[in-house]
Amino acid sequence: MAEVIWGLATSHVPSIGAAMDRQKTDDTNWMDLFEGYAPARAWLAEHRPDVAIVVYNDHANGIDLDFVPTFGLGTAERYPVADEGFGPRQVPEVVGDPDLSLHLLECLMDEGFDLTVFQALDVDHGLTVPLSVWTPDPGDAWPCPVVPVLVNVIQYPQPTAARCYALGEALGRAIRSYRDGVTVGILGTGGMSHQLAGSRAGFINPEFDRMWMETIETDPAKLATLSREDLIRQAGSEGIELIMWLVMRGAMSEQITKIHSHYFVPASNTAAGLALFDNRVPQPEPVPGPPPREKALT
Amino acid sequence: MSTPEPRGPVDVPGTPIFDGQSSRRGLRMNTMFMSFRDEANRTRFLADEAAYCHEYELTPEQQQAVVDRDWTAMIDLGGSIFYVYKLAMIDGLSMQYLGGVFTGMSEAEFVAEMRAGGRRDG
Repeated sequence: MAEVIWGLATSHVPSIGAAMDRQKTDDTNWMDLFEGYAPARAWLAEHRPDVAIVVYNDHANGIDLDFVPTFGLGTAERYPVADEGFGPRQVPEVVGDPDLSLHLLECLMDEGFDLTVFQALDVDHGLTVPLSVWTPDPGDAWPCPVVPVLVNVIQYPQPTAARCYALGEALGRAIRSYRDGVTVGILGTGGMSHQLAGSRAGFINPEFDRMWMETIETDPAKLATLSREDLIRQAGSEGIELIMWLVMRGAMSEQITKIHSHYFVPASNTAAGLALFDNRVPQPEPVPGPPPREKALT
Repeated sequence: MSTPEPRGPVDVPGTPIFDGQSSRRGLRMNTMFMSFRDEANRTRFLADEAAYCHEYELTPEQQQAVVDRDWTAMIDLGGSIFYVYKLAMIDGLSMQYLGGVFTGMSEAEFVAEMRAGGRRDG
């Protein structure tokens, strides 16, 4: 059985990557953010998984509007870093894990998640910034191979929060049915509250973000009941990205332990959140209930 | 588990929703913005913006909005902010600048509001 060892939820704001790429992490406007990352980075450096699954969305760099896949999965051996209009970020190419990808694809298909398959994909800041949040100085290579899971959060209707959570649960089962001894880190990216366009641009909702940060750990099923409109109203039109945290959370155990979290406003126009959870926690015994009912079908 | 998703357009004041109708309306313009990932295309656009818009079959209103850099009109005419931003990048403008335009502020004022914790409803 393969095992999810940790989950990292993090914003993927491009300016976080740009601040790192331009050595601005000591800048007074950024210092608190990067100091807040430090404990998570230290713990992650001690807990390197064999492979990471990054749940993210593309921002008009790897895919355009000719096709809008609701859920997608990368099955490539390599994912080049996208040129977003000012040259690719100077970070290592992302190495894939096609064996795990194809295993996940088959399991998820069998569970009714009809994923779009990406055999070639340029990955943008939605994927590379979370890798930088995890590993600020990767050198020539990221810590491990990566499997991208894509979620459409840009064009309405986005998948429901409930469907994202259910995808995560199926992903967790698929990971656990993979070959023995493989350790997996899972990243849920995007958010927190923000809105880029309209007269409400710049909207931030710290109360909602605080609630989300707590509840993602303790009662994710409750977050999965929020509608798209709830999310857009309370977290902003781009804050709906938070549904990707639910994919991560669904793949984890019922009980998880928070290692570290941090909240920072603003990363450009966005409330940036980070939450790192250890998934290797003894789980509660199932509550003894009545014996299963006999099937009434005749 | 299922979420009771309300039917019909989402109506949140001051919040453009990039939905299927917007995307249909804006497809050609957004496709043009997507072409700006390629430097040769950026150069060709800047050399003759109207001709480049014409090549992508923008509507006259969309072409006017692009040439005038009327960012709000581009959003109203079906632009997705992530695509519109590619034009802003050509001009060397930031998302904070656009935030200022959308909210009737200068970039500096918008940045100051964000650094003060962001904007709230009401």
